[in-house]
Amino acid sequence: MERVLEIVHLKKSFGTHEVLKDINFNVNKGEVVCIIGPSGSGKSTLLRCINLLEKPSGGKILYKGKNILEENHDIYAYRTKLGMVFQQFNLFNNHNVLSNCTVGQIKVLKRSKKEAEEVAMKYLRVVGMEQYINAKPKQLSGGQKQRVAIARALSMEPDVMLFDEPTSALDPELVDEVLRVMKKLAQTGLTMLIVTHEMEFAKEVADRIVFMDKGIIEEEGSPEEIFNNPKKERTRDFLRRTLK
Amino acid sequence: MNFEWIVKVITNYWPMFLRGAGMTLFISLLGTIFGFIIGLISGVIRSMPMPESGIKKAILKFVNIILSIYVEVFRGTPMIVQAMVIYYGSAQVLNINMNRLAAALLIVSINTGAYMAEIVRGGIVSIDKGQFEAAYAVGMNHIQTMTNVVLPQVIRNILPATGNEFVINIKDTSVLNVISVTELYFQTKTVAGNNFRFFEPFFVACVLYFIMTFTVTRILRFVERKLDGPENFTMIYNPMQI
Repeated sequence: MERVLEIVHLKKSFGTHEVLKDINFNVNKGEVVCIIGPSGSGKSTLLRCINLLEKPSGGKILYKGKNILEENHDIYAYRTKLGMVFQQFNLFNNHNVLSNCTVGQIKVLKRSKKEAEEVAMKYLRVVGMEQYINAKPKQLSGGQKQRVAIARALSMEPDVMLFDEPTSALDPELVDEVLRVMKKLAQTGLTMLIVTHEMEFAKEVADRIVFMDKGIIEEEGSPEEIFNNPKKERTRDFLRRTLK
Repeated sequence: MNFEWIVKVITNYWPMFLRGAGMTLFISLLGTIFGFIIGLISGVIRSMPMPESGIKKAILKFVNIILSIYVEVFRGTPMIVQAMVIYYGSAQVLNINMNRLAAALLIVSINTGAYMAEIVRGGIVSIDKGQFEAAYAVGMNHIQTMTNVVLPQVIRNILPATGNEFVINIKDTSVLNVISVTELYFQTKTVAGNNFRFFEPFFVACVLYFIMTFTVTRILRFVERKLDGPENFTMIYNPMQI
């Protein structure tokens, strides 16, 4: 299996506070990996370190075998290979739905406007937002915004999609529409790394579950192993509290 | 108050008043535009993330210090004094005989630029961090992030403050009469001196200043509404065509 991302001894501290302590794990091509764990365990920080929105304090991040933390590595080109979906959507407020999905393609990937629009429409159809291309972000509901944000990330045609708690900022009745889109994507063979609190969803879509607590990976395994037969006490504790 | 004198001043001297008003508008418009550009550039530079490497970091720090000195000095001294120092200073110290209009434009531009730099910086700071992160996440660098995502939002948000600067400039160009720029105040002073009548010419100038500032304010409100775009959007019912 082809390894897309390899995280080796990754560390991150904010001042004296060590958020990530020695993280090691891999993401393979076509795999859906869900990261679960209590709040403050470093899940989001890990994701933000992977696309360098936070600068790791130590360790390596290998993308297709190359360490992107080495000096002179083109981080801008690397970031186009990762699609990021944020908890707070972060759609570009000054762009409408269509140009949210085209601006990155045109300015960064140097695609023509026509090509960019074709690609954007393809993914806007996938998320079911193709009728809203003229709308500005402030005119959309949270679920609609998040679906556009997913289409924006997909439009860059990345190797890996990173989802940072994509449904945590949504009203409960809007969570499903976003999860449905993500399930659909998971079936297409897209490589996805998802930080989530939606346990049922994780159980259903994940090929592998990573349980994090207090800045380390406590346990890692298939959904069956983690949910039905967790080995560590902390994993059991966490699941007991969240699943009930 | 002598109403006939007002009529007389207007009928005899209207070309001078109009030229003066035109000059005032010209200097304040160009000064505001240049100042705005200076402000944007300075804002982009001052919001740059600090590079890791030594040389780049040192250069950026140095430029930032220069920019802060510029802002502090030009905000902290009166424009009337800056006009004297720059115009006569360039003549006496540097032996450059500046064109009065060019000097006027330079003074108003760099003065406005100092204020705009702070306004733009405030505008950039107020943009949600998520907008930057989303732009970085699609692979944009700082300049691309600024021009495609951040500055368009900043410009919309600081338009009222920019309008303020424009209005202030229309009024404050009057201080340029100290270097004999033929703007409205200078022309009015000339008319007043020729006739030994002060109230009437300056009353006319007053009305002209107000007409200019009021019109500019209305136009800017209109531009703001245009930039905001329509309240509603149209759904596309057969998106397959696109």
